[in-house]
Amino acid sequence: MARAVTRNAKIGWTIAAWFVALLIFFPILYTIITSLKTEQEAIAGFDLLPSFTLESYQTVQSQNNYVRPFLNSVILSVGSTILALIVAIPAAWAMAFSPTKRTKDILMWMLSTKMMPAVAVLVPIYLIFLRTGLMDTRIGLTILLMLINLPIVVWMLYTYFREIPGEILEAARMDGASLRDEILYVLTPMAVPGIASTLLLNIILAWNEAFWTIQLTTTNAAPLSAFIASFSSPQGLFWAKLSAASTMAIAPILILGWFSQKQLVRGLTFGAVK
Amino acid sequence: MATRQTQGLARLMRAPAIILLFVWMIVPLCMTLYYSFLNYNLLNPGMTSWAGWFNYQYFYTDPAFFESIKNTLVLVLGVLFITVVGGTFIAMLIDKPIWGQGIVRILVISPFFVMPPVAALIWKNMIMHPSYGVLADVARFFGASPVDWFAQYPLTSIILIVAWQWLPFATLILLTSLQSLDTEQMEAAEMDGAPAVSRFLYLTLPHMARAITVVILIQTIFLLGIYAEILVTTNGGPGFASTNLTFLIYRAARLNFDIGGAAAGGIIAVVLANVIAIFLMRAVGRNLD
Repeated sequence: MARAVTRNAKIGWTIAAWFVALLIFFPILYTIITSLKTEQEAIAGFDLLPSFTLESYQTVQSQNNYVRPFLNSVILSVGSTILALIVAIPAAWAMAFSPTKRTKDILMWMLSTKMMPAVAVLVPIYLIFLRTGLMDTRIGLTILLMLINLPIVVWMLYTYFREIPGEILEAARMDGASLRDEILYVLTPMAVPGIASTLLLNIILAWNEAFWTIQLTTTNAAPLSAFIASFSSPQGLFWAKLSAASTMAIAPILILGWFSQKQLVRGLTFGAVK
Repeated sequence: MATRQTQGLARLMRAPAIILLFVWMIVPLCMTLYYSFLNYNLLNPGMTSWAGWFNYQYFYTDPAFFESIKNTLVLVLGVLFITVVGGTFIAMLIDKPIWGQGIVRILVISPFFVMPPVAALIWKNMIMHPSYGVLADVARFFGASPVDWFAQYPLTSIILIVAWQWLPFATLILLTSLQSLDTEQMEAAEMDGAPAVSRFLYLTLPHMARAITVVILIQTIFLLGIYAEILVTTNGGPGFASTNLTFLIYRAARLNFDIGGAAAGGIIAVVLANVIAIFLMRAVGRNLD
């Protein structure tokens, strides 16, 4: 199987690949570097060596109370994902283990709801939020994010559950397992990895959502995406400050993302590419 | 295999998700449709009246509407072109035997996890800023004068930023597809003396066709809704030069308080998205069985 690759070719490809990879990663890298500079250094021209000061991080916290939007991001993304899982696990379970003739149609219909452009329902959702006092509340946004990601959650879980072989259930039944035992001791352990991946990907999606969070929050419930968007009109010197806020906003999700590469493909293509 | 009892249970388990999604899809959409036939401005809510097709007419005759449709298409097609072509080559590069493949992969997919406002602000300030950006530094290094990206090429700048965000997605999916390519077939072709270009055209590309289709369709759905990137960089300007349909509707609803007009625009956006969705459903549905 192993193809004879000359050492020189490997060196060549390695250099090319690393060059491209670093080029693509550069804006992120440069943001991290700039966040460790002082404001004067940040605008002093291209320099990859910062003075490693944490000044900007402190300024962001003291001037803008960074903790609040960060907590909001955590609450909204984790909260909406867990809510979605509570609704989606039984649904995906039922569709995977007792499929009917209409299961495929239901799944396709769920997928189609994801294709409705958000902006098409901006007007009614905005008015509903205004009139019911849900505007700028965590609970309102959590429910909204849950609804937005529900189709993806159901789909992902469904593709995972479907891979659990039915023979195992039959074997358990032969051995005298009750329905409760079946679910508790046979299915659940096999379903946990799929549920965990779904959880991970949806936290990422909810964390990075930036249309509804900007439309429906001002200060109270504003997560990081809305908080950072408010940096679009700069006051005074702010390159290092912006970089510090940005670094903190993307770091947790970047790390989660690195762990969920494979699930990303599966989740975002609705199982069409594995 | 399933008994009547488990069928009943299954129905009960499916119901909450289906009902929630049904309500979520139908209620706001009906409201949008209703508002689209009203003269309804939030600045003047007492003057609400039936408008008939006026809002649609108004939207349709507004020059900004056509510009926004044109911008939407240019934005979607521009990003698709860069990400699919770029993604194919980068995927092939990563698939080669290289040292540190895992790290290269991680570096390449990272931009996908950067939230849109952060991505746009990083590019706007650190990379494309006419005096302090890295590109300006590079231009000065070569003795050229820096480009004021967002003033001179607003739409192109946004295309570049969005392409940077979506390049990882295309690369990752195309790489996944590439890794399932039959290596023996490839080796056979190589031994028979097929040149690299033919191998790419007749083996690699047909194998990746499906993944490329999926990338195009899924990205299109997301790209039609580009919003935050425009908001924090050009705010749709200068004029309407970088306003897409999503941004135009946002402007009508939130800045002009024109509920009827924004709703009519929303319905137009639904129609546009549906045309594309039909193709996606076919492509994805085929793989279900």
